[in-house]
Amino acid sequence: MSEDVRGILVGHGKLAEGLLDAVEGIIGSREGLIPLDNADLTPEALEVRLLELVGKGPAVVFVDLPSGSCAFAARRIRAHHPRIAVVCGVNLPLVLDFAFHRTLPIEEILERLRTHVGVSIEYSTDADSSVPGR
Amino acid sequence: MPILLCRVDDRLIHGQVVVGWGAQTGLDYIAVVDDKLVQSEWEQDLYRAGLAESIEGRFLSVAEAVEWIPSLAQNTERGFILTRDIATMRQLAEQGILADIEINLGGLHDAPGRHRVLPYLFLSAEDRRELERLRRVHPSVTAQDVPSARKVELDELLESRSG
Repeated sequence: MSEDVRGILVGHGKLAEGLLDAVEGIIGSREGLIPLDNADLTPEALEVRLLELVGKGPAVVFVDLPSGSCAFAARRIRAHHPRIAVVCGVNLPLVLDFAFHRTLPIEEILERLRTHVGVSIEYSTDADSSVPGR
Repeated sequence: MPILLCRVDDRLIHGQVVVGWGAQTGLDYIAVVDDKLVQSEWEQDLYRAGLAESIEGRFLSVAEAVEWIPSLAQNTERGFILTRDIATMRQLAEQGILADIEINLGGLHDAPGRHRVLPYLFLSAEDRRELERLRRVHPSVTAQDVPSARKVELDELLESRSG
């Protein structure tokens, strides 16, 4: 039996809490998901706080910017602890997919995040005349 | 010598630096001057992992930086110089190698013994002593976390006992 995987969202401003608020609004639960914002924390304090939340793992730490202090804190922890994943560029589809599948083994969750949840960009220089306008 | 930013920030390379200050500037490098970090290859790799491929992460001791910074006058690379504390920046300034460059206090966060002066700047008594030492060798020092924020002069900072 696999352990439930913790999901920790670490972001700038109120991004983490905002994403969890959106998750709860969509699926009615934020179980297994924990927000952490980096405001006013030294790098050391952020790392200590994040380590408390990660516990013994397994855990997926979702961060916003690859070059942000949140990402560096998460990478420091990952360097010293097994079964901790760091996912940069967090967005709502990523967190929702995680929330639905967090009882899977962490390796399967990460494979899902890599392959199932992409960024969709839709663009055209022409309007589609077959679509009725409002 | 296009050093675009010379900054004291305890988070070193992070979002405000790379994106807030760096995104519009066409950076070639970010140089971190730190005697401790220069001894840790894995930590350097960790910071490099957060940079775009076009930006080189350089890590130097104070002694190495004192040799390297004057050589920048001979090339056109554009970059930032970061230290995690005031004392390290003061050591560079004492060598006279930062002349004509404004030193930016970008982030010193809350820690035991520190008191809030600005939302992003908490100073201890030792930090204040270091700022006084820095001012004696390098008068151009201001605080500003992001480019759109108001620049705060050092006199104003030192007059403020807490925010």
